[in-house]
Amino acid sequence: MPEYESVIGLEVHAQLKTKSKIFCSCSTEFGREPNENTCPVCMGMPGVLPVLNKRAVEYAVKMALAVNCKINQKSIFARKNYFYPDLPKGYQISQYELPVAEHGYITIQVGGKEKKIGITRIHMEEDAGKSVHSAAENVSYVDLNRTGVPLIEIVSEPDIRSPEEAVAYLKALRSILVYLEICDGNMEEGSFRCDANISIRPRGQKEFGTRTELKNMNSFRHVQRALEYEIERQIDLVEDGEEVVQETRLYDADKNITRPMRGKEEAHDYRYFPDPDLVPLVLKSEWIEQWRKELPELPADKLQRFIRQYGLPVYDAEVLTAEKDLADFFEQTVKIYNQPKKVSNWMLSEVLRELNEARIKIGQSKFRPENLAKLIKIIDDGLISGKIGKSIFSEIFNTGQDPEEYVRAKGMVQISDSSALEQVVEEVLADLPKEVERYKNGQTKLLGFFVGQVMKRTKGQANPGLVNKILKEKLG
Amino acid sequence: MELAFKTLTRIRDILSRKEASVEEVVNACLQVIEKTEPELNALITTCAEEAIEQARQMDNQGPDPEKPLWGVPVVIKDVIATKGIRTTCASKILENFVPCYDATLVEKLKQAGCIILGKTNMDEFAMGSSTENSAFGPTKNPYDLTRVPGGSSGGSAASVAAAQAFASVGTDTGGSIRQPAGFCGIVGLKPTYGRVSRFGLIAYGSSLDQAGPMTRTVRDAALMLQVIAGHDPKDSTSSPEDVPDYVQTLQKANDLKGIRLGYPVEYWEKGLSPEVKDCCEQALNKARELGAEIIPISIKHTPYAIATYYIIAMAEASSNLARYDGVRFGFRDKEATELLEMYLNSRSKGFGEEVKRRIMLGTYVLSAGYYDAYYKKAAQVRRLIRQDFLDALKACDLICAPVAPTTAFKLGENIDDPLQMYLTDIFTISLNLTGLPGMTLPVGLGQETNMPVGMQFFGPAFGEEIIFQVCHVLEQALQGPGLPHVLKDEG
Ligand SMILES: [Zn+2]
Repeated sequence: MPEYESVIGLEVHAQLKTKSKIFCSCSTEFGREPNENTCPVCMGMPGVLPVLNKRAVEYAVKMALAVNCKINQKSIFARKNYFYPDLPKGYQISQYELPVAEHGYITIQVGGKEKKIGITRIHMEEDAGKSVHSAAENVSYVDLNRTGVPLIEIVSEPDIRSPEEAVAYLKALRSILVYLEICDGNMEEGSFRCDANISIRPRGQKEFGTRTELKNMNSFRHVQRALEYEIERQIDLVEDGEEVVQETRLYDADKNITRPMRGKEEAHDYRYFPDPDLVPLVLKSEWIEQWRKELPELPADKLQRFIRQYGLPVYDAEVLTAEKDLADFFEQTVKIYNQPKKVSNWMLSEVLRELNEARIKIGQSKFRPENLAKLIKIIDDGLISGKIGKSIFSEIFNTGQDPEEYVRAKGMVQISDSSALEQVVEEVLADLPKEVERYKNGQTKLLGFFVGQVMKRTKGQANPGLVNKILKEKLG
Repeated sequence: MELAFKTLTRIRDILSRKEASVEEVVNACLQVIEKTEPELNALITTCAEEAIEQARQMDNQGPDPEKPLWGVPVVIKDVIATKGIRTTCASKILENFVPCYDATLVEKLKQAGCIILGKTNMDEFAMGSSTENSAFGPTKNPYDLTRVPGGSSGGSAASVAAAQAFASVGTDTGGSIRQPAGFCGIVGLKPTYGRVSRFGLIAYGSSLDQAGPMTRTVRDAALMLQVIAGHDPKDSTSSPEDVPDYVQTLQKANDLKGIRLGYPVEYWEKGLSPEVKDCCEQALNKARELGAEIIPISIKHTPYAIATYYIIAMAEASSNLARYDGVRFGFRDKEATELLEMYLNSRSKGFGEEVKRRIMLGTYVLSAGYYDAYYKKAAQVRRLIRQDFLDALKACDLICAPVAPTTAFKLGENIDDPLQMYLTDIFTISLNLTGLPGMTLPVGLGQETNMPVGMQFFGPAFGEEIIFQVCHVLEQALQGPGLPHVLKDEG
């Protein structure tokens, strides 16, 4: 039995978060009443014409620059013709023969190894609306609020060889989009969507196998599982001497399977041709240079810098730079209290755990960099122990309270006053003469027991280092 | 009723000097409409009450010197969107469609003080050369009711020729302004592509469509273009080129000294009817007398023009007309029970035969496997034809040609033979492929049919001024076609 490898190419649709739509001035705001964000242009009324939104072009070019693409200074909009009720004009304005950018790549990390994934092209297009079917009323509704929201489609080369690589690529792309502040990157809400082309072949074979196209994957997990399922399915077919049929398949998350779309849904000849309503898009060199200058530090560069500048382990740097807000939080905290590794430890454990539990992003939290800096500082200063710090974290994270004020108000401040502690130690030793005797006879392991007793009497607020020191002195 | 027979230029002066009220002028036009419309069928919608109401308001306020066409009644081709006035494209599918927006050119006409008197009949979606393809019945030629007015702006041409209004705005995708202007003995200009905004012009062939004035004199056309031309931020293909003072340029023209008129030998060779040839030659002789130099030129790719034009126009049309699906507006077949059936029935019943023919042909030429052989090739030939014209215009100032091989043909004569119908466009369609401007000037009546004969003058890009100048001079020297038959007893 030969060993198989999978060949995967991904098509990503990213919604650009411009204020207005790509070819009219309607708002792109999410969550409005159905058809509130519409006008004659995006409704495809007779005689109206599209006018290109320059901001959408800027965003598309910035993404193209961020993923090392060659920018086409002249690109052409084309019509993709098909009938559907949520497509008002009967065609989607897209780009076909001359897209805005081509020939890029990004570098991903999988299993500690770096890999380059080629990007074939990036093109601009308009989103379609939504059809809403009401079985109860036996009618269908059309909501055109989303019609004309700008999209970029990012098409990868068939360079991806496993579901893990696919997910790593998608996460890297999404991270770049979010860093550029041009896309929300929200897969559930559909502002970041992915289709996959996948085939298998015996390892070592040059030719590609017959591919299928997978749709309807609404999370990274779906992508991973759908690809795994599809690889298995195709291998089984080939092993059984059957052929893979070139078709579009939908991922069914509930059953965790892929199933073919009905034939009619996919038999499309889109009859692309240049849209005569839009002149070719000609990008001035000054614009491109300006946009290049405006690019922020991108995830890969930030990762390297975090390792270099803060001396962080690769893993820490990867986690922190995966999201721009997280990286910013880290840097702001370090700026206030310069203990990078300690800050990183707290973020990777406590902060991320709390965010996951609350299902929020760092930006939505009340917990601020000054809070984390203060918390680490009062532990280092001996005001509270690390253990106390962890026990109160959830509370101060959720309320956004100042950690020092919090522990003082709750009387949790550590006793670091040696005369006060000496008194407690003496009391403990006086109450436990037998144990003192045994200690003096060589059972030095009992030191921990005495420490525990002191902590108990101080309700955990004694500075453990100091207690140790005093005990040793007293026990001679 | 005589007020209606004045030129646009004249009535404008009469109105601004308050020699007649706007209401009187509107009423004169409405009387002509009442008298001629039962025979002509030039209008799909008449806005009589609204027009009178508006006229009274304007009379109350008095003339506004800021508005160059203050109080002038005009009619608009029904392919141009008018806010609150139904806009049908002469199609059943848009029979009850009332736009909530004005075309930019309509907005401009309103700002200039025009009164919209009605919407003119046309070939459905501007597809045709005779105005017989209308869901509202054919329009007749005012010079002979058994003949067509040409098309697709046949309603506009007939209406202006019959003095129903002082001007109309038509659209020209493949001769649709110039050919009916020629058939009805009026002036019709297809401006340079991009000169007049296409926003609100319901698309047939987007890369070819251009709106332009249809009037009874050259000066009137200049006045109209002055108002409707100019860059429009709502139309990316509209030109930022400055709009010159067209009316002013007419003062400069007294003769044709130093003007070189090129005539394409391919257009005069064969298929031209003797009466059309005679009239055009006489006009050229007159031009020569006025000082013009007449030189032969060649448009070598002429034999490919019709095929090229129809491939591009139909391809664009097949996509432009996809939005008429019964989902959001327009005709929807109520009996359909599922989506595909709704699409098929709405479009089968809503569109006429010629429109369906063009959608099917256009869909075909864009299909996988045929795109390169048809659409792509046509786009290449289109560039060659444009180059032919640009080269020719290096050797001459204007190119002149007959409008059509014959005068207006009989109703029903070509309607069952689409190919023959397409061939009647031979002299007009090349110009749309080039984007250059061209104007029809009436040059007399044919000896055989006694019907108007028109000649076209093509100029360089944004060369409307020189076209106006030359045609204005020639117009003064030539005999106009006289009153049309439908108005003969009005003398
Ligand atoms: Zn809109």
